[in-house]
Amino acid sequence: MYKTTYHRASSVEEAASLISGADDGKLLAGGQTLIPTMKQRLAAPSDVVDLRHIADLKGISVAGSTVTIGAGTTHADVANSAEVRSACPALADLASNIGDPHVRNMGTIGGSIANNDPAADYPAAMVALNATIHTNSRQIGADDFFTGMFETALNDGEIITAVSFDAPEKAAYQKFPNPASRYAMAGVFVAKSGGGVRVGVTGAGSDGVFRASNMESALSASFSGGALDGASVDPSDMLSDLHGSSEYRANLVKVMAKRAVEAAG
Amino acid sequence: MASISMTVNGRAVSGEAEDRTLLVEFLRNNLGLTGTHVGCDTSQCGACVVHVDGDAVKSCTMLAAQANGSDVKTIEGLASGGELHPVQKAFHENHGLQCGFCTPGMIMAATEMINRHGASLDEKTVREELEGNICRCTGYHNIVKAILAAAQEMGGAQQAAE
Repeated sequence: MYKTTYHRASSVEEAASLISGADDGKLLAGGQTLIPTMKQRLAAPSDVVDLRHIADLKGISVAGSTVTIGAGTTHADVANSAEVRSACPALADLASNIGDPHVRNMGTIGGSIANNDPAADYPAAMVALNATIHTNSRQIGADDFFTGMFETALNDGEIITAVSFDAPEKAAYQKFPNPASRYAMAGVFVAKSGGGVRVGVTGAGSDGVFRASNMESALSASFSGGALDGASVDPSDMLSDLHGSSEYRANLVKVMAKRAVEAAG
Repeated sequence: MASISMTVNGRAVSGEAEDRTLLVEFLRNNLGLTGTHVGCDTSQCGACVVHVDGDAVKSCTMLAAQANGSDVKTIEGLASGGELHPVQKAFHENHGLQCGFCTPGMIMAATEMINRHGASLDEKTVREELEGNICRCTGYHNIVKAILAAAQEMGGAQQAAE
């Protein structure tokens, strides 16, 4: 790891001031991607600003049907939250299958969506749940937030403070993990609510997380696995690498989508 | 350089380290606690698992500075008064290791797992939750047996105490 200067922020305001004062700083949430990346010298921030000790960024609350999760809430805390389990069990299930227990004890929802790894699980849920991403300066809809592989609408130094969404009527997430890395080869989050059905797909798209719009129309007409027989995603939009061709991934998306619809019931 | 202070295995410790120092490097190099191992250095193998404020974490994926002020427990802090911890004893009795390199991380992960699940821990959960700990010798079977045996003993003891 290259040299860096560590700062610990105790408030969002302090973090914003520290990051704006840094030459080439990075916000450090749980660090489960950033630290390994720095160890491999693929990232060399002059400064890291630790957000883990900011109490305001942690916690889960449910008001009516709106679920709000602080950006600093760990995957373990989302997985074990009775509120999330009751309002949106699919999201608790998703969190309980990210990485491994040690990663889940450190990794956070804010860190995951800010990084927008094309195989991360949370982005699929955020777009399917039509979530709102709250930052220290504004609110951004999930459709506008994820702008491409490892790319988001966040400005330099902008800090995610929370995500919120309305609990869906039904939802489920199914992923096909790569047998070695356990990252999603295809992960599909299906959510049905009054506004229709939304389908978020991670791991498979060549430009990161995306919505499978023709699957959404098919499922809005009939919420059943069979409704997806005639719907598919275009293989030319899918990733192709040593783990699987784009045709293979397109098929996986359909299989995972069907399984998710069946799991949602 | 920064001055880092934490509680390790119940003892207040401090040391000087660069900001880029990993927690595992601080434990091994500054404090001489070499029971915590570095296996892969890519955050995958779990040989470096320790407890930070009660949570099992990979000490190779956390800066020492991030753990400044925390309560850390390593494999050296498990046995007490010359008696092995029940998880250590169960690994010994069930032959849960061969070369032993992964064992400190396995035992720290197992201890936290049992703390969370108690005696209700079942084989499926153990296998799922060992996802972050890689062993290249045993094929995991005896590790799983050891963890289940320890969960029974520790859970049983908890129930007896209640």
